[in-house]
Amino acid sequence: MSAERRRKAEKIRHLLETEGDAVHENITHMNAERYDAIERFDDFEALREEARAIKEDAIADLPALVEQVRESVEANGGHLYVADDAADANRYITDVADSKDADTLVKSKSMTSEEIEMNDALEAAGVDVWETDLGEFVLQVADEGPSHLIGPSLHRSREDVADLFNEVFDPEEPFETAEELTAFARDYLGEKIHAADMGMTGANFVLADSGTITLVTNEGNARKTAVTPDTHVAVTGVEKILPSVEELQPFVELISKTATGQDISQYVSMFTPPVDSPTIDFENPDDPLGSGDGEREFHLVLIDNGRLDMREDDQLKETLYCIRCGACANSCGNFQHVGGHAFGGETYTGGIATGWEAGLRGEEAADEFNDLCTGCSRCVNACPVKIDIPWINTVVRDRLNGDATPSEFEFLVEGLTPDAEDSVDLQKRLFGNFGTLAELGSKTAPLSNWTAKLGPVRSLMDEYLGVSRERDLPQFQRETLVEWFESRRPRAPNADATRKVLLYPDAYTNYVLVERGKAAVRVLEALGAHVELASPIESGRAPLSQGMIDTASEQADAVAADLEPYLEAGFDVAVIEPSDLAAFRREYEYLLPEAAHDRLAENSYDVMEYVYGLLENGADGSTLAAPEEPVAYHSHCQQRTLGVEAYTEAVLEDHGFDVVTSDVECCGMAGSFGYKSEYYELSMDVGEDLYEQFADEDDRTLVASGTSCTEQMGDLFGRDVTHPVELLDPGP
Amino acid sequence: MSTALSTFESSLDRLEVGWTRTTPDGFEDALASAIDPPAVGVPLGIDGVSLDGTAVETPPTPRLLREANTGVTRAGKAIARYGTLVVDSDPAGTEPVSLYPPTHVAVVRESDVLPDVESASDHLGVRFADGGSSVFATGVSSTGDMGALVEGVHGPKHVHVLILEER
Ligand code: SF4
Repeated sequence: MSAERRRKAEKIRHLLETEGDAVHENITHMNAERYDAIERFDDFEALREEARAIKEDAIADLPALVEQVRESVEANGGHLYVADDAADANRYITDVADSKDADTLVKSKSMTSEEIEMNDALEAAGVDVWETDLGEFVLQVADEGPSHLIGPSLHRSREDVADLFNEVFDPEEPFETAEELTAFARDYLGEKIHAADMGMTGANFVLADSGTITLVTNEGNARKTAVTPDTHVAVTGVEKILPSVEELQPFVELISKTATGQDISQYVSMFTPPVDSPTIDFENPDDPLGSGDGEREFHLVLIDNGRLDMREDDQLKETLYCIRCGACANSCGNFQHVGGHAFGGETYTGGIATGWEAGLRGEEAADEFNDLCTGCSRCVNACPVKIDIPWINTVVRDRLNGDATPSEFEFLVEGLTPDAEDSVDLQKRLFGNFGTLAELGSKTAPLSNWTAKLGPVRSLMDEYLGVSRERDLPQFQRETLVEWFESRRPRAPNADATRKVLLYPDAYTNYVLVERGKAAVRVLEALGAHVELASPIESGRAPLSQGMIDTASEQADAVAADLEPYLEAGFDVAVIEPSDLAAFRREYEYLLPEAAHDRLAENSYDVMEYVYGLLENGADGSTLAAPEEPVAYHSHCQQRTLGVEAYTEAVLEDHGFDVVTSDVECCGMAGSFGYKSEYYELSMDVGEDLYEQFADEDDRTLVASGTSCTEQMGDLFGRDVTHPVELLDPGP
Repeated sequence: MSTALSTFESSLDRLEVGWTRTTPDGFEDALASAIDPPAVGVPLGIDGVSLDGTAVETPPTPRLLREANTGVTRAGKAIARYGTLVVDSDPAGTEPVSLYPPTHVAVVRESDVLPDVESASDHLGVRFADGGSSVFATGVSSTGDMGALVEGVHGPKHVHVLILEER
């Protein structure tokens, strides 16, 4: 492994060891709650659409909305400041503190203030800052950074926090329980709040027409922070503005469900500052509230810091719709195992961190962690504003690729890469051009398989290409699916066929897992369809996952051109590999003209989805193989995002199979990810969840839809793994 | 009984928030059993019921905020679907009184119970346009930041709702 990869692998291993368990436990719990809350809520999809549309409009109108906020805040007697960048914001805030002679400031959790490192600026100006959110307080005491958008200290267990507090505060009786720790923190922070000269909050939303800010918390600290000290400063990103209370409702409903899995958060405070609540002067405890001479003062600081430029960037713009609920992070298999200290940049973390960090600090800021996104797409349906997070990751990866310098080991991947994107890192070029590699491998099989097994070859591959030594490499088949198909006789169309279907042979099916391709052909024919095979052109999935968008575009064009005459002739397209189906339905939206994408997306099906359709439409299932063994089925993450995994389960169950299915987020392999030396361990750690689900199912046949899952399960269980369509194969 | 009201009551049950249905005549007794003295309150502004002559001290002072066990306020509206109280801030101190003491007793008129968040938009719109502030308070304050769920952090640990039937 190269030094760079080794360093990455070490960091990941360290986080797996130190934070992995607490992160995993806490996120598993949060996810269960989140899925339940969404399940209970019928309006979820409709409100996502609505929220998305509201954000699209609000970001488009942002400059006008900012001016409207200015008018309404000033009309209420408050002050608005739009800060260009961190330094500008900090200067303004420290000036306010200075004008109030403030010695202490209490603060409610705000990622935006983390972004501008406001605490440091205030401390430097002689103001003591206290975090009142208990999670943030823990971090402040520990002097470390947040690891999650909404659960900043999610990576710490109760024992950790108890040890930390016992050491720092040295109580007479050591803290043990969460109750004791909470009671201590509450009292400690309560005193700070009573004595504070200023309060600072973030703002989850800002309403333009009234100047109302919305704060969402469970502890109640934002309320105390905002209304106890006489001076309140709210700091937030300029993108948080919504036109009015009408547009607020969908967000209030969504944010708690996608963030913590609560139907609604305990406190949704909607303050129109300066608030009319009386001032509280704890120094004169017996005078009625409001009788001190305190006057309420309010400053809203809206931070640009690159956001207005992001509006102009067609690809990064969507990031501005983000409401920081953290659901994308929680639904991510890798994040569940290593947490935010691996999965984020200076401030933001999780799936959307790439968009935020790239937008606020430049693409290089995302370089460190962007590769941890495997493109599994599990976050896509989680996002309340329907941001295509994997696509943002792909785009940033592509932009980073462009900056890589060509390497002296070019010869290793010579012949594998098209000319485009030839400055891309070798590892990426290798994985991004799997089709070419597979074609070569198949032509030279079994020699290629044999050489690939040799120790020295594996060392070289590890060192220069970053291909993990631990992984078994794909075994290329001498006879490809296309060759087999072409050699079949008769080749005349099936005379009584009711449907015409074009089977798409992805590189794995064509060169490696040829049996599943044959099975698909035979199953479709047995069900009365006339089957043709498309040309074995790569879908672009492999280069896409390496951020090689140009190469992917070329391949998408070639696939579209190849399929076009068939679609024209009324063929349906059946796809064996779920990630290719996802490319056709999702990513091609970005790569093909709209009409071409729509037509392909509408007419292509997961092969088992297609089988389901044939059976529903009267095809005779008795022509298929009878069920023999009970099965343990792991569907594929992209298949689940598309919502097509249910067809496989339905077909198998209707056909009489005894099926157990896994519900883990991801197998951990996700295309090339698990092959990469630096991620091998993480990949196996993520796979552990799947392993546990099926650990007691050793009498069942292991079944998986995706190639990566097949390989990962093969490694995890040491047993053969079958594609579902092979279970139905009536045989030659 | 309106469906919003019964939904509200079952939402409160689900949140494990106590509630009592009462009438103006029964109000003082219901209040007396709901509070844990010492109690601090703000005038409710509801015809036919008052905190005068009850054990609830008014007006609120900083000391009462710190030392009272119970804070009594009105909730301007309630949202049936989630068991949410809409606590409207005012110069009398409804916001801090509902927040500081460990128990919050909220009085809500039956006719102020709305079905869902959407139906509260009008109420909020009018208030915000006027410079007003409101809080959706649902259940009790809680945190999971210390490694297990703990109730009662910066906000109240107990909430009790007095639902006032009107004549
Ligand atoms: S991108 Fe979507 S899911 Fe992720 S934090 Fe933002 S709003 Fe939540």
